[in-house]
Amino acid sequence: MSKFYSPIKPLLPGLLFGLFIVGSLLFRFEFGLTAGRRFLQFGGEMVKIVPFAFILIGLFEVWVPKHVVERHLGKQAGLRAHLWAVLLAGTTVGGLYVAFPVAAALQRKGARLSFLFTYIGASGVCRIPMTLFEASFLGIEFTLIRYAIAVPLIVLSSELMGEYLQRREYEINLQ
Amino acid sequence: MSVLYILSTIALIASLIGSRKKTLEALQIAWRRSLKLLPPFMTMLRQLHWPCTVLPQEVFVRHLGGENLFYTTTAAGLLGSLTLMPGFIAFPLSGLLLKQGVPYIVLAAFTTTLMMVGVLTFPVERHYLGTKVALVRNFISLLIALIVAISIGIYFGEVV
Repeated sequence: MSKFYSPIKPLLPGLLFGLFIVGSLLFRFEFGLTAGRRFLQFGGEMVKIVPFAFILIGLFEVWVPKHVVERHLGKQAGLRAHLWAVLLAGTTVGGLYVAFPVAAALQRKGARLSFLFTYIGASGVCRIPMTLFEASFLGIEFTLIRYAIAVPLIVLSSELMGEYLQRREYEINLQ
Repeated sequence: MSVLYILSTIALIASLIGSRKKTLEALQIAWRRSLKLLPPFMTMLRQLHWPCTVLPQEVFVRHLGGENLFYTTTAAGLLGSLTLMPGFIAFPLSGLLLKQGVPYIVLAAFTTTLMMVGVLTFPVERHYLGTKVALVRNFISLLIALIVAISIGIYFGEVV
């Protein structure tokens, strides 16, 4: 069987969703309308962040020499790399969907796998603006306990997972 | 977010001053990577509406305000895993729930899974990590979130 590649095929689900929304608009189908609104709301939020994140990633890949990343975040960097991972995660905007491409770029420069998992985990938990929100609404004690428990567990699990996968020559998809 | 804009503008200008060729290269990389990410990204966006519309906020509050701590904590963890909510919405909401008497342990389960476990971001995660590793990472994150929630519950004297 010859493999037929059509440029429309990957877009098909999107087109169907678009039709569904247009149909909902025409027939005033409330569920579809809410779905469309959510799509625009979250989509807009991400469109505002993602292109800039990718520009920064591009600049990082072009300008930062590989040996710098390798020295601080590579195999010989040891456990201190996890500290950098948490700090870097603190300044990440958006969330997990930004952390993955950043992690891929860091791996390309020779960062250790464990470091990348800590970074991904911490970028969920340790983002600074989010932490400030949390502390003001739920109290500083809540935030402190969460950090004290979550960060060591993230480092530990990342170290185990990273070491295991590194031995099996696993790699994050670089594209 | 404006920090991101300022930072990327400054970086871009600095890069242009440094080398026009390298800057062009960087922008090409950015463009190529974005295109590669587009299909999983669209999948994620399309799925965003399901939990939000199927579970309106009243249902949500009613279930988190229940008596049975085990049940509400589990429900909160599930909800946090299944939704994608920016922090500036999630934390004021949690603050409100706290005032209404929802225990800390429930709020911890909700916010921590919200931040660490991504069912909706899974298409993007799978693109980078592959299905197996993405699944394992989410499972470990769920465990960590539960440990965090229980610890917070113990600290605030909600579970013995």
